[in-house]
Amino acid sequence: MTDGRPGYRGHRPILVFAALAITLVAAACGGDFPQSSLRPQSDVAREIDSLFRGIFWWAMGVLVVVEGALVVAIIRFRERPGAEKPKPVHGNTALEIAWTLAPALILIFIGVPTMITLWRVDRPPPSSDIRVEVIGHQWWWEFNYPDLGVTTANELHVPVGKTVDLRLKSADVVHSFWFPRVAGKRDLVPGTENQLWFTPDSVGVYPGQCAEFCGTSHALMGMLLFVDTPEEFERWAAREASPQESGAEPRPSDDPSVLAGREVFFGAGGCISCHAIRGTPAAGILGPDLTHVGSRSTIAAGVLDNTPDNLVRWINEPHDVKPGNLMLDMGLSDEQARQVSAYLLSLE
Amino acid sequence: MERTSTGVPNEKMLMWTFIGSECMLFASLIATFLVYRDQSIVGPYEEELLNIPFITVTTFVLLMSSLMMVLALSAVQRGDPRGSRLFLLLTAILGLIFLGGQFYEFNHFVHEGLGLSRNLFAGTFYLTTGFHGAHVAVGVIWLLTLWTLALRGRLGPEKAVTVEVAGLYWHFVDVVWIVLFTVIYLMSGATGA
Amino acid sequence: MTTGGTYAGGIWSWITTVDHKRIGILYFVSSLVFFLVGGIEAMFIRLQLATPENTVLSAQAYNQLFTMHGVTMLLFAVMPMSAAFFNFIVPLQIGARDVAFPRLNAFSYWLFLFGALFLNSSFFLGGAPDVGWFAYANLTSSQFSPGHGVDFYILGLALAGAGSIVAALNFIVTIINLRAPGMTFMRLPLFTWMTFVVSFLIILAFPPFTISTVFLLFDRMFGTLFFEPAGGGDPRLWQHLFWIFGHPEVYILILPAFGIISDVIPTFSRKPLFGYPVVVYSGVLIAFLGFGVWAHHMFAVGLGPVATSAFSGLTMLIAIPTGVKIFNWIATMWGGALRFRSAMLFSIGLVAMFVIGGLSGVMHSSAPADLQQTDTYFVVAHFHYVLFGGSILGLFAGVYYWFPKVTGRFLNERLGAVHFWLMFLGLNLTFFPMHFAGLHGQPRRTFTYPAGLGFEGFNMVSTVGAVVTFLAVLVFLVNLVRSLRTAPTAEANPWEASTLEWSISSPPPPHNFDHTPEVTSRDPLWHDGIAPPPPGEEEFHMPNPSFWPLVVAGGLLLVMAGALVGLPLVLLGVAVTLVGIYGWSFEPIH
Repeated sequence: MTDGRPGYRGHRPILVFAALAITLVAAACGGDFPQSSLRPQSDVAREIDSLFRGIFWWAMGVLVVVEGALVVAIIRFRERPGAEKPKPVHGNTALEIAWTLAPALILIFIGVPTMITLWRVDRPPPSSDIRVEVIGHQWWWEFNYPDLGVTTANELHVPVGKTVDLRLKSADVVHSFWFPRVAGKRDLVPGTENQLWFTPDSVGVYPGQCAEFCGTSHALMGMLLFVDTPEEFERWAAREASPQESGAEPRPSDDPSVLAGREVFFGAGGCISCHAIRGTPAAGILGPDLTHVGSRSTIAAGVLDNTPDNLVRWINEPHDVKPGNLMLDMGLSDEQARQVSAYLLSLE
Repeated sequence: MERTSTGVPNEKMLMWTFIGSECMLFASLIATFLVYRDQSIVGPYEEELLNIPFITVTTFVLLMSSLMMVLALSAVQRGDPRGSRLFLLLTAILGLIFLGGQFYEFNHFVHEGLGLSRNLFAGTFYLTTGFHGAHVAVGVIWLLTLWTLALRGRLGPEKAVTVEVAGLYWHFVDVVWIVLFTVIYLMSGATGA
Repeated sequence: MTTGGTYAGGIWSWITTVDHKRIGILYFVSSLVFFLVGGIEAMFIRLQLATPENTVLSAQAYNQLFTMHGVTMLLFAVMPMSAAFFNFIVPLQIGARDVAFPRLNAFSYWLFLFGALFLNSSFFLGGAPDVGWFAYANLTSSQFSPGHGVDFYILGLALAGAGSIVAALNFIVTIINLRAPGMTFMRLPLFTWMTFVVSFLIILAFPPFTISTVFLLFDRMFGTLFFEPAGGGDPRLWQHLFWIFGHPEVYILILPAFGIISDVIPTFSRKPLFGYPVVVYSGVLIAFLGFGVWAHHMFAVGLGPVATSAFSGLTMLIAIPTGVKIFNWIATMWGGALRFRSAMLFSIGLVAMFVIGGLSGVMHSSAPADLQQTDTYFVVAHFHYVLFGGSILGLFAGVYYWFPKVTGRFLNERLGAVHFWLMFLGLNLTFFPMHFAGLHGQPRRTFTYPAGLGFEGFNMVSTVGAVVTFLAVLVFLVNLVRSLRTAPTAEANPWEASTLEWSISSPPPPHNFDHTPEVTSRDPLWHDGIAPPPPGEEEFHMPNPSFWPLVVAGGLLLVMAGALVGLPLVLLGVAVTLVGIYGWSFEPIH
């Protein structure tokens, strides 16, 4: 029983969609998107962005033509009562050749800029002003600056206007390095070394994160890019390169909880089996280097702001904060955790 | 025989199509073998192990089994029960000899320290030749089944297509071995015994 | 056992059936169940992502669900639903009484069903796989995935994959060899053509996947080093082998839908398909190119500029045959007399939605642009426009179109329209915002996202859209159940269609055709294209039912289960399989 609806009424749903779409597009273009690939802040990202925008408008042109033709066909050629049976047209060679060539032509306008950009972006860096070795871990980032003697984690500092030459490796599984504001993705593959470069052109702090599924807490493998002024960067690098304590002597500190925290860190906490603080006996390599952890703005790979409360939470409940991660819950008392957090925050 | 649009029996068409699919299977194995050639970190390495003269003999045996298969099919087609029985059995026996050679070779390699998980050569070699060996084994079982049918006089000319399809499979497995022999042995840089 | 006959009743008759129509129905019902399972998984995913830092699901649960959503929808819902139509419709369209190998056909179905059930049982046996449907090495190694989830993935997909290959072999032989007299290749209905093309894709694309899972299995169980960096193995090998399968798989999913609407649009435009040869050749060309573009899934891996350029350029070429198809569909409607039945609505929906997915596809084909897009929600938007807007809408077009042929009953057209518009709204609400979320930097496969990056609004709209989509599916289910309770009233050709399946009663008799038709035209029912049958009864034999396919598939299931349980079960499985094969081989066919 086809309750065949004579005279199909209503293109109204289409109008509703159009209205919805326009609202959505308006909402999507405004607003603050700190991790957006459409807000490029480096030479490489700008090249990719302008390539994308070119392709985007070609695509919009095709979209309007094709969907337009479809809508016209729907409206003009619906069956009308009493009309004759349509002419059985089987094809039209000229037309078919035309609409084979048209997309081919458009593809030339997409393909040529693609190749030009590709060979500009996917090549060895034009210079290596700042060299950084990036090592992906489940689920944090290790950054080594071989020329500066700096090892840090999750927060990458680079000076504005200098070409950054990144060598990408993995300590465990495949990860992907992605700061959308300055470059496209590049995978970190265990057993091989990959390369990525960009020249940031605006001072600022830009978020990024792992972009290849890498296990349970893949979503919590964030990082921050600090594009500093040259002076800021020099200051940062000098501080990061310095060891925390000279010799085996603890640094004098007014705060007794810092000293107590140091005791726990080196003793009952067992922290030193995985973490290093350069200049001290702590030389673990499984976890992030904590030499200057107090000066970082986030902890746990961009998951938490670096505050005393968050540090305590991270120390006491590492698997609530980041499921499946390797950090052990050492069973410290709240007081001990508080002391360790005070100690860590003192490591500026 | 049922009518088919092409005149080619369905069983034969199925085997040809299946062989197409199998080509991709072995192509994946061979590609992996080539990609991982000389990538082993620890020995024993392929050039120390592979015994080309020995494998040349078993390769010859397998090639002769293809000849026996041709004779078997021809015997079935012309309704010669004695020839059918003889050549089917000979094909299967030559296949078994080849498998015996492979068993000896694997055994020898393991004794030389090439366990399955020893290095990349071990994994790619055992899996590639092992997959082929499994195909030979299936072929031998198939041939022996046909042979028992022949013994009971149930493999007359009306079953020629069945034997032909088995033959197609058998020849394909042989051809694959020629490729493996070339890629794994002749191109290995091994100097001989 | 010569002519006529009716179906035996009872569950045993379904278990032992070798009838292509009944197997088609089994495929349809099973795939519908898995479509619902995959849909419920999607609903959980969208609930979790509705707001930032949400805690509906744990990280572990989310990772299992997004993995199983992908696997289920691709391999247990869309592919078998296509197979349902291959089974039911293709023999009817070519004028055959069954497929070339009826028992092999039943065997394919049981392999698919057992594989799907086996893989899904992992939810209750220690956890489903949680490594993504693409299961990139070396996350899948026993070191990083110590549970059995990955083993279930390997073994379950081995069963289902074998089922797909066997079915595809069967359909290739069927289409080559069982065409009725006069049914030349250039008279085949487009759906049959696309079935033919897809079958070739399946037999050529699945073996590399089989091999890569065998490597993985050996790495996990016997310590081989295929994907083990410490031993010189390279995880990228998995990516290559996987995508040599994975990209053709995309065409395996979409081409059947293209075939369906290439039959539906002419029917409801009352006009033959515009440029039939070009539509056929473009389908073949898409499939052919589909084997040469796998590494466009790997632009971020760092292949070097030469390989990247090649794969980028080849990928762009696919836009040409795809565009041609779209233009030919629109040209078919142009100058026609369009009847907006539900099947037609879904077909037009496919054209409208696939254009969007196709254009975002062109954006990814540009390798530098893809470096920003890959692994973000932009890609999720893209392939859902292709697979939901394309495959699923196309399959629903097929359901509304062929339902009267299969059951003799009609689905309600009013509910069908409600179903279509709700689904159209729902899918656009769900997937359109993902374009923005992705471009603005939201990566995919994340169980949570922080507030403050601007993703909140997009994700909330997506979740609302998912609810609307779910309602649309419920409307369909209501429609289905209601229709099955009406009386069968469908005549042979209710849509005034042109192809051979509409020349016989609805539902067709077990033997399909009293007389093998002799075809003299591409649209036989529009042009008196069937020669008058010769006088007298035609002699033919229908195959007997058989339980051996089930025994062999069951034996293989035992082997797979044994791989997790222990050697005795493996040996038992091998024994059952062998007994099954010999029983099968020596069973009288007629």
